[in-house]
Amino acid sequence: IGEIACRVIKTCKKMGIKTVAVHSDVDSSAVHVKVADEAVCVGPAPTSKSYLNMDAIMNAIKQTGAQAVHPGYGFLSENKEFAKRLAAEGVTFIGPDTHAIQAMGDKIESKLIAKAAKVNTIPGFDGVVKDAKEAVKIAGEIGYPVMIKASAGGGGKGMRIAWNDEETSDMGFFLSGHISDICANGFCWCLQVLADKHGNALWLNERECSIQRRNQKVVEEAPSTFLDPDTRRAMGEQAVSLANAVKYSSAGTVEFLVDSKKNFYFLEMNTRLQVEHPITECITGLDLVQQMIRIAKGYKLQHKQSDIPINGWAVESRVYAEDPYKSFGLPSIGRLSQYQEPLDLPNVRVDSGIQEGSDISIYYDPMISKLVTYGKTREEALKKMEDALDNYVIRGVTHNIPLLREIIVHPRFVSGVISTKFLPEVYPDGFKGHMLTAGERRELLATAAALYVAAQLRSQKFLGDLRVSVVPAESRQWELCVELDKSVHMLGVSRSGNNYTVEIDGEKVEVSGEWNLASALLPITINGKHRTLQCLLRTAAGEISLQYLGTSFKLRVLSKLAASLSKHMPEKVPEDTSSILRSPMPGSVVAVSVKPGDNVAEGQEICVIEAMKMQNSMTAAKTAKVKSVHCKAGDTVGEGDLLVELE
Amino acid sequence: PDHLRFIRSYVSLQNARCYSVKHLSVQERIEKKRKAALTGGGQLRIAAQHKRGKLTARERLELLLDPDSFVECDMFVEHRCSDFGMEADHNKYPGDSVVTGQGRINGRLVYVFSQDFTVFGGSLSGAHAQKVCKIMDQAMMVGAPVIGLNDSGGARIQEGVESLAGYADIFLRNVMASGVVPQISLIMGPCAGGAVYSPALTDFTFMVKDTSYLFITGPDVVKSVTNEDVTQEELGGAKTHTTVSGVAHRAFENDVDALLNLRDFFNFLPLSNKDPAPVTECHDPRDRPVPGLDTIVPFESTKAYDMLDIVHGIVDEREFFEIMPNYAKNIVVGFARMNGRTVGIVGNQPKVASGCLDINSSVKGARFVRFCDAFNIPIITFVDVPGFLPGTAQEYGGIIRHGAKLLYAFAEATIPKITVITRKAYGGAYDVMSSKHLRGDVNYAWPSAEVAVMGAKGAVQIIFRGKENQAEAEAEYVEKFANPFPAAVRGFVDDIIQPSTTRKRICRDLEVLASKKQTNPWKKHANIPL
Repeated sequence: IGEIACRVIKTCKKMGIKTVAVHSDVDSSAVHVKVADEAVCVGPAPTSKSYLNMDAIMNAIKQTGAQAVHPGYGFLSENKEFAKRLAAEGVTFIGPDTHAIQAMGDKIESKLIAKAAKVNTIPGFDGVVKDAKEAVKIAGEIGYPVMIKASAGGGGKGMRIAWNDEETSDMGFFLSGHISDICANGFCWCLQVLADKHGNALWLNERECSIQRRNQKVVEEAPSTFLDPDTRRAMGEQAVSLANAVKYSSAGTVEFLVDSKKNFYFLEMNTRLQVEHPITECITGLDLVQQMIRIAKGYKLQHKQSDIPINGWAVESRVYAEDPYKSFGLPSIGRLSQYQEPLDLPNVRVDSGIQEGSDISIYYDPMISKLVTYGKTREEALKKMEDALDNYVIRGVTHNIPLLREIIVHPRFVSGVISTKFLPEVYPDGFKGHMLTAGERRELLATAAALYVAAQLRSQKFLGDLRVSVVPAESRQWELCVELDKSVHMLGVSRSGNNYTVEIDGEKVEVSGEWNLASALLPITINGKHRTLQCLLRTAAGEISLQYLGTSFKLRVLSKLAASLSKHMPEKVPEDTSSILRSPMPGSVVAVSVKPGDNVAEGQEICVIEAMKMQNSMTAAKTAKVKSVHCKAGDTVGEGDLLVELE
Repeated sequence: PDHLRFIRSYVSLQNARCYSVKHLSVQERIEKKRKAALTGGGQLRIAAQHKRGKLTARERLELLLDPDSFVECDMFVEHRCSDFGMEADHNKYPGDSVVTGQGRINGRLVYVFSQDFTVFGGSLSGAHAQKVCKIMDQAMMVGAPVIGLNDSGGARIQEGVESLAGYADIFLRNVMASGVVPQISLIMGPCAGGAVYSPALTDFTFMVKDTSYLFITGPDVVKSVTNEDVTQEELGGAKTHTTVSGVAHRAFENDVDALLNLRDFFNFLPLSNKDPAPVTECHDPRDRPVPGLDTIVPFESTKAYDMLDIVHGIVDEREFFEIMPNYAKNIVVGFARMNGRTVGIVGNQPKVASGCLDINSSVKGARFVRFCDAFNIPIITFVDVPGFLPGTAQEYGGIIRHGAKLLYAFAEATIPKITVITRKAYGGAYDVMSSKHLRGDVNYAWPSAEVAVMGAKGAVQIIFRGKENQAEAEAEYVEKFANPFPAAVRGFVDDIIQPSTTRKRICRDLEVLASKKQTNPWKKHANIPL
């Protein structure tokens, strides 16, 4: 939250423009408020009362005498009403004019304009669907899967994919949607365009945005591995002609779906700066916010199409506060108890609006930052991304770095075979974290063992205490028992200075490092290879959690003695979770469909939880009678809160 | 391994010097007794102990102490009871029902006793008590902590009054050692009747979940006297004592978990009242800024935040050993380190009951402060307190005399005292929480601090009773008092500091205050309002 405001303010500072940030009351100490020259509170936390509250924002403009408004993305960025009100007050809207916003904002009108401008459009039903019955009929004619989209939804919001009749009719609340065929294995490319108020327009190459979850982008890159210069030019020219057709001015993005035969179809045009604009900036060297401000001021474009280069390769990972192990990402909230961006690495850019101590609340989008790496080649950019993700410290909220780290090293992604269905195809049973190879497993075990010994040795060091016994020639050999995923390994550890030799099942692993036990990062060398791990937890009882290759692993290191005595410890029985339904994330209860005494079938919907603009249907894990219901519509629930008990 | 070595040395002795048959038989008897002592109540009872999910007395010591460091004492002591057939050979166990001695934890000396449930259910005989007393006497003499691992069915009924005398002997030593050496009890099995008072007299009582109980009388007696139906667990289990009664200071998952945590905890403590608080090697920079603290206190003074976030942010490596984490949660107490040096942390917890002081939190805080003061551990106090909790329940319960305990403890303490007012410091509670007036050495206020007699609303209702423009008056009051200046201009806080610099400041102050010397007037002992 506030990320784009920080981004805009940065450019404004460079250009010598004074800035005013608007914020809701929960954001009073947010970073964007601090970096702006002035700040005005526009209302309480819910977006409808603050960031979408036009009256309050107009007041803020009057109060501060602001001459122009950059709407960022989301919120009012594509709201023609807002643009109109600004125009009426003589305040510049840094974006296209109301006509273009309106024309492109309507999914159906935009298709018609595109068709007229000779832009390829998707076969499908470009109209409003009356009811579920009609939806099923139309979907049947097009052929599954189909995409149903709410007319006014932006980005991925309100976009649903249906694979059969049942799902189509289930989407009852999307009745005013429109249906189109989606390429079963499509790509999503975004063409950045830039147009001034004098009829000049440019295209700034594409962004490959196919890696998505719930129709929202996760990893983007520019340029695309799949696009050849001819197709790129053809797409660019169509994008420019669409921009010209609506007399577009400012930065905008034309989204295309592309099938495996490189046929591309216009999907929609976003009349705003896009979240993933930094990768275009990286490869073109342009500052898009600066360009937008210049255009809004009425200046002509500085560049010609031939001036627009593709320099190197840029990759962007969207770092979210969400749990990637639940449907590739369910929102999580919390306070960033520790937060450290990997900015000391070269060619890394982090666009964020948060800092250590910030709260990720249920009110706004759970994006933590956009992590961008840049290299001469794609390989270099991806390698940098690996390092950047390994060195990114985020504590206090669950985050999606495990998933990001897996995507960028997945052979299919590396080879460039990317599609919108990448995640469900690569992880058909859901994301499970990094799967360790035998060698990696040894590395992880060895690191945990070495860390344990380093910590044990330190706990014997008392400064200036004369009563500590002279420890008889410090032991140099340890026999340890390390547990990982329920399997137990006997390890032999020997030490010389900061170097540890760990013997696991006859194999030797050499681990060395500084062993700074206070640092969040654990840079070490394992068998000559440099790696950065993170120690997430280290307890007196031998529990050690390490983030290794993006994924966090729980280990338990015990001395041989403690391990052998542990076998007598009673097994604690975990609660039976099949009869208990808990909220998987913090949010609010939208609807409860059962009451005590009802019989429910396995998989039947029990209630719906909404968090961060996303609705999740909670279903019964078994066929049973409802014992008790602990929530009602409108309740706010936390992660792990009891919702419904079955008998 | 230690005892093996012992035996081996005897064997060589035997080869060298033993000629007579008589000598040989003594030697054999020594070995036999030693062997018997090591197996306690025998393999069957050991198996039963394991089956209950519990370790034996000796296994526990092996895990608690550094390898090869245990030196046992009184292995040959036997009970002296001759009634009820107790004098029979098969009823004599060398060492009786407790293992005692000394050893090392991370190289530092500690005296230990570990009750052996496999011998007469760990019951306390005169000999058992005598063994415990012996190591306690020695611990006080050399100045080293005592750790008791309790697992005992109670008094040795066959011995009658001798057993009761034994308890009293231990109680007396607990009291004499109090404030001289740290005393820790880890309850690892039943502990009932008079036996409970020894842990109660020690500085810290820890419990093992599901396998330990503490009560004056068990469920059967409770049923016959009061007709109450209650299970052992509900009456005196770990959950009861760590959340409801406040008898135990923490509970651990099982024996292994408890003993490993005890090793960790031991590192925070000085060996005796003559030793300084320990300083360990620290990897956390002493001047580390904590940026998250600048935004942690919400703008609205009615909104809560978690005091533990502040504590974790400031201390070394976010490591905080909380004492009584689930009891009287409106106050947070526990041990941490600053630049390697042990400190005691006390903080009001705005997240629970607005961080007010009530009977339980006052008593919890007071006992902790007094421990720190007795053992040279500096105290850092984080203040965000709206006052004492009002109401009949509190007044009838004696909040006045219980609240006085915390006031007393802070006032009497002569160790380095550093106080940080993070937000509210209202009324009498401001005075209590290690204020300048109670000899606070360094008192800081964050910019969000409000030192006042009460909150704006209440104050205005009294000052401007019956007058109009209450809202205006309230604003004036806020302007005047809801900030750190009234206290700062009078020197009641030494400085108003940027929250993110708090760690750096405290580390520096602690170094300066390390040589602090302050004494209270001579007295036989003080009279804390118990």
